[in-house]
Amino acid sequence: MKLKKRSREVAEVPQAGMADIAFLLLIFFLVVTTIDVDTGIGMQLPPPPDPDQEPPPIRERNLMNILVNARGQILINEERASLVEVRQLVVDFVDNANRAQDPSLSEDPRQAIVSIKTDRQTPYEIYIDMLDEVIGAYRQLRDEASMSEFGIPYRQYQARVSREDNVIREMYPQNISLAEPDPGS
Amino acid sequence: MSKFQKKQANTKQQVPTAAMPDIIFMLLIFFMVVTVLREVELQVRVDFTRADNIEKIEQKRLVSYVYIGPEILGGGRYGDTRVQIDDALIDDVYAIRRLMYDKLMEEPRLIVSLRVDQQSEMGIVSDVQQELREAGTLRINYSTLRGAQAPM
Repeated sequence: MKLKKRSREVAEVPQAGMADIAFLLLIFFLVVTTIDVDTGIGMQLPPPPDPDQEPPPIRERNLMNILVNARGQILINEERASLVEVRQLVVDFVDNANRAQDPSLSEDPRQAIVSIKTDRQTPYEIYIDMLDEVIGAYRQLRDEASMSEFGIPYRQYQARVSREDNVIREMYPQNISLAEPDPGS
Repeated sequence: MSKFQKKQANTKQQVPTAAMPDIIFMLLIFFMVVTVLREVELQVRVDFTRADNIEKIEQKRLVSYVYIGPEILGGGRYGDTRVQIDDALIDDVYAIRRLMYDKLMEEPRLIVSLRVDQQSEMGIVSDVQQELREAGTLRINYSTLRGAQAPM
């Protein structure tokens, strides 16, 4: 007896197209993905005020009052200033103990407080420009301190030590107070 | 005659392509993981302002966004300045307190990123900040782009 030999069909999914499909998906996700990094000015808000507790007394000379009105005009401790001057003024004020030792400026960088106050109508953009200058002043001070103490820029130093051991941060604690805005005119 | 024929190794000069799908799949999975498909649909206009002394937020998981800007009315028109959190416009500023407090309970290391339109006035920003203080979400970040300051 003769058995008919039949070539059995091999049940196999074709694999050749898989790479193409994967490529297609890959390209889709490549196009869709946006790897954007959030950048911005980090701040720490103060805890809500306690109605029973009086705010701690601050000596006049340790407080730098920056007022910005709706038109972007700047008043620093009752004197008019322009935005380009702000950074140097803040540096002089905060680091007074190591620089000019002016009796009308702060006693010590740790006690210095920079207060920024705006009108309710002040555009956000102007406020951020202001804040940027103040933060820039602190960054400059920290950089200088870090360079003279450790010989590296502050950014590198910060990456090396933990937050608790950061002596530069302790030296210049960046006390920025955001006052509630005036109702304005 | 063919004495001087070069003896050549009989290897095929071909890059092995068998592993290619695996490599592609690996890339594919990477991008699938990285992709965030659904962003919040903005109902307010947010044009970022610029600043120089900025820092990166490394841990995106901790971030919660608050959008402040003029409401988009369609047809290129804009309404009053409004606050948007997640997908909803906030009518009552005091509602932010509870909303943010709930978020803080879920993620104690919450960072609130304020995405504010550059034309907004400080009044509403300050109101939101006061609410954040009450809620206890004290770490904030003013979202800005890197770059030279806008001329004043």
